[in-house]
Amino acid sequence: MLLKLAWRNIWRNKKRTFITMFSIVFAVVLSILLDSVKKGLLDKMKENVVSFYTGYIQIHKKGYWDDKTLENSFDWQPELIDNLERNKSISLAIPRLESFILAASEKYSKGCMVVGIDPEKESSVTSLAEKITKGNYLLSSDKAVLVTEGLASYLKLDVNDTLVLIGQGYHGVSAAGKFPIKGLIKFGSPDLNKGLVYLPLKESQRLFAADNKLTALVLSPTRTDKVKELVHSLQLELTDDYEVMNWQLMMPELDQVIAGEKAENVIFQVVLYLLIAFGIFGTVLMMTLERQYEFGVLIAIGMKNFRLSTLVVLENVLISVLGAIGGIILSIPIVFYLFSYPIKLGGKLAEAYEKFGIEPIFYFSMAPRVFYSQGLVVFFLALFLSLYPFIKIRRLEPVSAMHS
Amino acid sequence: MNNLPPVIITEDLTKVYDEGAIPVKAVNQVNLQIDQGEFTALVGPSGSGKTTLLNMIGGLDRPSSGKVWVDGKNLGAMKKNQLIDFRLHNIGFVFQAYNLIPVLTARENIEFVMLLQKASKKERNHRVLELLREVGLQDKMNNRPDELSGGQQQRVAVARALASKPKFVLADEPTANLDSKTAANLLDIMSKLNQEEGITFIFSTHDQRVIDRAHRVITLVDGAIESDELIANASDHIESV
Repeated sequence: MLLKLAWRNIWRNKKRTFITMFSIVFAVVLSILLDSVKKGLLDKMKENVVSFYTGYIQIHKKGYWDDKTLENSFDWQPELIDNLERNKSISLAIPRLESFILAASEKYSKGCMVVGIDPEKESSVTSLAEKITKGNYLLSSDKAVLVTEGLASYLKLDVNDTLVLIGQGYHGVSAAGKFPIKGLIKFGSPDLNKGLVYLPLKESQRLFAADNKLTALVLSPTRTDKVKELVHSLQLELTDDYEVMNWQLMMPELDQVIAGEKAENVIFQVVLYLLIAFGIFGTVLMMTLERQYEFGVLIAIGMKNFRLSTLVVLENVLISVLGAIGGIILSIPIVFYLFSYPIKLGGKLAEAYEKFGIEPIFYFSMAPRVFYSQGLVVFFLALFLSLYPFIKIRRLEPVSAMHS
Repeated sequence: MNNLPPVIITEDLTKVYDEGAIPVKAVNQVNLQIDQGEFTALVGPSGSGKTTLLNMIGGLDRPSSGKVWVDGKNLGAMKKNQLIDFRLHNIGFVFQAYNLIPVLTARENIEFVMLLQKASKKERNHRVLELLREVGLQDKMNNRPDELSGGQQQRVAVARALASKPKFVLADEPTANLDSKTAANLLDIMSKLNQEEGITFIFSTHDQRVIDRAHRVITLVDGAIESDELIANASDHIESV
C-alpha cells in the first residue's frame, strides 16, 4: 500500500518530479564519467607498470631493492621456482636479471635498464610479445635484443641495427656487447618506453658475467586482490636470504599517486553531490511542507506517524533511485563509446603529460562498480536527506498540521 | 436518551491557546455527556470553540485541562500511538473540505482506512462495495477525487469515515461546501446510518439543514456551553444563537 501511494504521490507534481530526477540524472552521468575516466586512467597506469613490467610480486635477494646492483643477485635454483609454482596462489614465477648499462649507437648513448628474461615465460605474464611494434619477439636462443621505441628513437636506431651495451658486470668486471635489434616495443608508460632493453636471460648472464645469477623472480598471482596475503605467506615460507615485495612496496610513488587521484575524485564527487543534494532537499522540503494539512488528515484518520514518515522517505528514495537508474542507463552508451575509443591527447598537452610520465590518453573504465556505486551514493543521499521529513513527520500532531 | 451510561463524557474540558500575547480560552470548562446513538449538533458562532471541542472529543487535540472519556477510555491518559489506534478503530472523521487522498480512487480512499486496520482483502472488498452502495457511488468507485463533485467527494468521505465500523462519527462542518440537494442527500445517508447502525454522530455546524435533523443541539458561546437542548426542530433555536 505504501509503495503504491508513494508512487502515485511522486507524480502529483510531474514537473517538479521531472526536474529533480533530471538533476539527479545529470549528476549521476557526470559522476560516472568522472569515476570512469579516473578509474580507467589509474587502472591503465597500474597496468602499464605493474602488469606489463614489475609484476604484482617480486622476490629478490635481501637488500636488492635498496641497492639494485648485481652484487645483490642470487643463484638460480630450479627447486625454488618449482616450489613457488606449486603454490596454488601463484600461476607462474619468471626469472629476471636486471642491471643498468649504457646503450649506444654510432653517435648517441643513453643509460638504460637491461632486462634478461625467459622470453616465453615473460610474455605469458607481461604480454611482452604483444608490445612489438616492429620486428619480431625474442627466442631463448637469440643473441639479439628488444629495444623500447623511445630509446631506439633517441639512439636513432631501428630493427636490424646494432646496439652497443657497455657497463659493469658482476663483481665489477667489464660488460660490453654488440647486439642486433630484433624488435621494437612500446610501453604505455612514457618512463618505461624511454629506457628498456630486453635480452634473453642466458645472453644477459653472459654479458654481465653473472652465470646462473638472477636479480628477481617475478610472480604472477592467481588472484590479484589477495596479493598482500600471498606476500605475507611467502615471507614466512622463504628464508631470511630473500625479500618478498608487492608492487605497492616496490613503487610507493605509484601507490600514492593512485591513492591521491582517488581522493581527488572523491572530493569532486562530494562537491557534485552536494549541489545535487540541495536540489533534492528543495523537493523534499516542498513535498513535506506543502502537504502538512494532508499529513494531519492522514494521522487523524488513523495512520501512524512512523508509517507516514516511511511513506515520505519512500517517495524521496523513489525519485532519487529513478534518477540514478536513468543516469546509469544514459551513461552506459556514453562510457562504452569512450571505453572503445579513448580520448587521445595531441600536441603540447600530450608532451606535457609525457613529461610527467603519464600516457597522454584518457582511458575509461567499464567496471560495474563505476556504475552501481553511483546508484548507491544517490540511494544513501536520498535516505540521508529524508531524515528531515522523517523527523518532522514523526513529531507531527494532527491538529497543528491541519492548521499549518 | 437511553438507560446506558454515556459514551462520551467531558469533565471541565478546557483548551487554552497561548501562542499570542494574550492566552485565548477556546474551550472553557465544558462538561458534557453524550449517549450512544445520538445525532448531535454543536452550534455557535465562529470562534465559539465547536471545532476545538470536536477535536478534543476525537482525540485529535489534547486539552489544556480537564478530561475526555470516550467509550470508557480516558483519552488524555493515552500515548500518541494508542490514541491513533483508538481513533482508527472507534472514530470516523468527516471534514469540511472532504480531505480525500487525491491520488487514490473513491474505492481506494474508502479501503485505505481498512488497510491501516489490516483487514483482509475479502473483508475490505465486501465492506467497500457495501459502503459505495450505501452512499450511491458504485459507478464512481474508480474515479479520483478531482473527478468527483463536492457532494460526491463528501459522500466518499462519509464512506471512508464509516469503513472502520466506528462507534462515533465526528463531522466538522460537513455540509458547508454543499448545495441544498446534495446536503440533504448526505444528511439522509448519515441519518439512516445513525438509525440503522446506532452510530453516534456529532456535528460541528452552522448549517440550518444539519440543525434541523439533529436530535440534540448544544450551543457554544466563547468556548462554554450556553445551552443544551433536546429538540425535534432546531430551526427556532439557531435563530436565537
